[in-house]
Amino acid sequence: MKQSRSLNFILGIYVVLIFAFVFAPIIFSMIFSFNSQRFPTIPLGEFSTEWYAKVLADPDIWKAARNSLIVSCSTAVIATFLGFCTAYSDFRYNFRFKGPYLALILLPPTIPLIIMALAMLAWLSKIGMSGQLYSIIIAHSVLTAPFAMAVIRLRLNQMDPDLESAAWNLGGSEWQTMRHVIVPFCKPAIFSSLFLTAAVSFDEFAVSWFVSGLNSTLPVVVLEIVQGNIDPQVNAIGTFVFLTSMTLVVLAQLFFASRQIKGLHA
Amino acid sequence: MSKPLVVFDKVQKHFGNFVAVKELDFEIREGEFLAIMGPSGCGKTTTLRMLAGLEAPTHGEIRLNDRVMNDVAPHERDTPLVWQSLALFPFLTARENVEFGLKMRGVDKAERKERAIKWLDKMGILEFENRHISTLSGGQKQRVALARSLVMEPQILLLDEPLSALDAHLVIRMQAVLTDLQRELGITFVYVTHSQSEAFAMADRVIIMGKGEIGQIGTPKEIYRAPANQFVAEFVGRNNILAGKVKSVDGGTARITTTSGEFTVPTNEVQLVEDHNASFVISADLVHIASEEPVGGNKAYCKLISEEFVGSMVTLFLEDAQGHEFKVQMQERELSKFDLHSGDEIWLSWDTQSAHVLNES
Repeated sequence: MKQSRSLNFILGIYVVLIFAFVFAPIIFSMIFSFNSQRFPTIPLGEFSTEWYAKVLADPDIWKAARNSLIVSCSTAVIATFLGFCTAYSDFRYNFRFKGPYLALILLPPTIPLIIMALAMLAWLSKIGMSGQLYSIIIAHSVLTAPFAMAVIRLRLNQMDPDLESAAWNLGGSEWQTMRHVIVPFCKPAIFSSLFLTAAVSFDEFAVSWFVSGLNSTLPVVVLEIVQGNIDPQVNAIGTFVFLTSMTLVVLAQLFFASRQIKGLHA
Repeated sequence: MSKPLVVFDKVQKHFGNFVAVKELDFEIREGEFLAIMGPSGCGKTTTLRMLAGLEAPTHGEIRLNDRVMNDVAPHERDTPLVWQSLALFPFLTARENVEFGLKMRGVDKAERKERAIKWLDKMGILEFENRHISTLSGGQKQRVALARSLVMEPQILLLDEPLSALDAHLVIRMQAVLTDLQRELGITFVYVTHSQSEAFAMADRVIIMGKGEIGQIGTPKEIYRAPANQFVAEFVGRNNILAGKVKSVDGGTARITTTSGEFTVPTNEVQLVEDHNASFVISADLVHIASEEPVGGNKAYCKLISEEFVGSMVTLFLEDAQGHEFKVQMQERELSKFDLHSGDEIWLSWDTQSAHVLNES
């Protein structure tokens, strides 16, 4: 008992250090976003919301925020739809080359973002589709669909395979069964996937920067500001982006967790 | 005899090179309680799934009400199945589960609700109508699954080992529920199980399957007292099986020589030929024990190996001098008169008419 207590203590410290390591830069950025001084130095100046006011007054940032919102929402819907379809085809069918098929689908996240971004730019400009808002949506959908597929596949694996047959047996056609059994069963995973893919898309920088042209998203605007000068506006935008992403990820986790708990009872 | 509702006509089912069902030829009569029983992997569930349209026969025809069903999609059939896993929809309440089939068939909301409530009430679980499936007990889930199938008011209900997940005391209660329902509704039940007690307790007729083939079709009593062949005799258990050569045939009886001695058996309809192999069974409950050697008749001298109690019934496992196993089933209060212990030796005897000659195949 004593041993496990000291072990728990050490593990506790370890966890705190990890969290500190991960979150310290973000927390500093948040603190400086409320600091009246232009340069991030200690001691801090006075509490101030002037950087936020400046951000809110900047039409370029508003436009970028609107772009980010459109891109992440569209990406979430498209990627989740694609992910659902691939996860279901994996669950339902057995076919030759299923292994390579699945490997291919899961490939995009393993490609370095820069390579992915360059390839996307090259291809999209070749077919005359680069530099638009939908270019980012296409690229982000490719990038995030594997996450959607992984989350939904996990859920489908928890499904009693008889459930689908039971619905047919009770007079449901394939489409009715899809609508009334498969989709409702996957609903927590579908929501989880929507939030997760939206979060990934919302703060993705590299691919957006390459394919966006003049339609910058928030992370791209941040870089543009930082390139020009040191401006605490960045801290304010960063805080906003971080809070948005965290909210999405936490929501995704909540759906994930609630379904795990339900899964225990089922 | 009522007319056949379902006909299996030379039905085979192959999965690649694996033959799950070799050849099935049988009829299901309207309004009967038919049990299909066999060890795991004998093809009984495949047979049921073919009837529900979830598997297509490789060869042969399945007819329901004279209609060939081979190419009819599962959702166009009226053959609801009660699943071994129950397969209840976990995201729906008990009532929504029961309404599911009606909803698929386009029954309007008010009627759906009314019919679902009627069946939940009939199954004695109306109080749980708005509960989610995960909050129900095993027995309650079982009743929801039954209601979900019966609300469709089918001609035939398929049941795939529906009681295998329940506790023993619940199994007995559900057996009573099922037989009462079947008699009351007059629906044909096809019940797949590996449990002899379930099949024999409920069914009008039983099909014994082994390795994709039918071993025997008959009433529980026929199968128990007059197994058609060695496979059925062994599967039914609690049988003493003796094999030997025919020594003489004399009218209605024959003498058969086995390693355990010479016995007289009734020939029944089986054609016995002198010097040919023959085997016969005696149900364990028709064997008597005696401490003194019986005069004449069929007898064997055995050593007691072990006993097994099930309620007030005892099964004795014994061995004769040649190592052949015998089983005797009797009331515990009968046995207590003998004061037997493992290793004790005792005489077994049985009436000639208790023996049943097997068809060698």
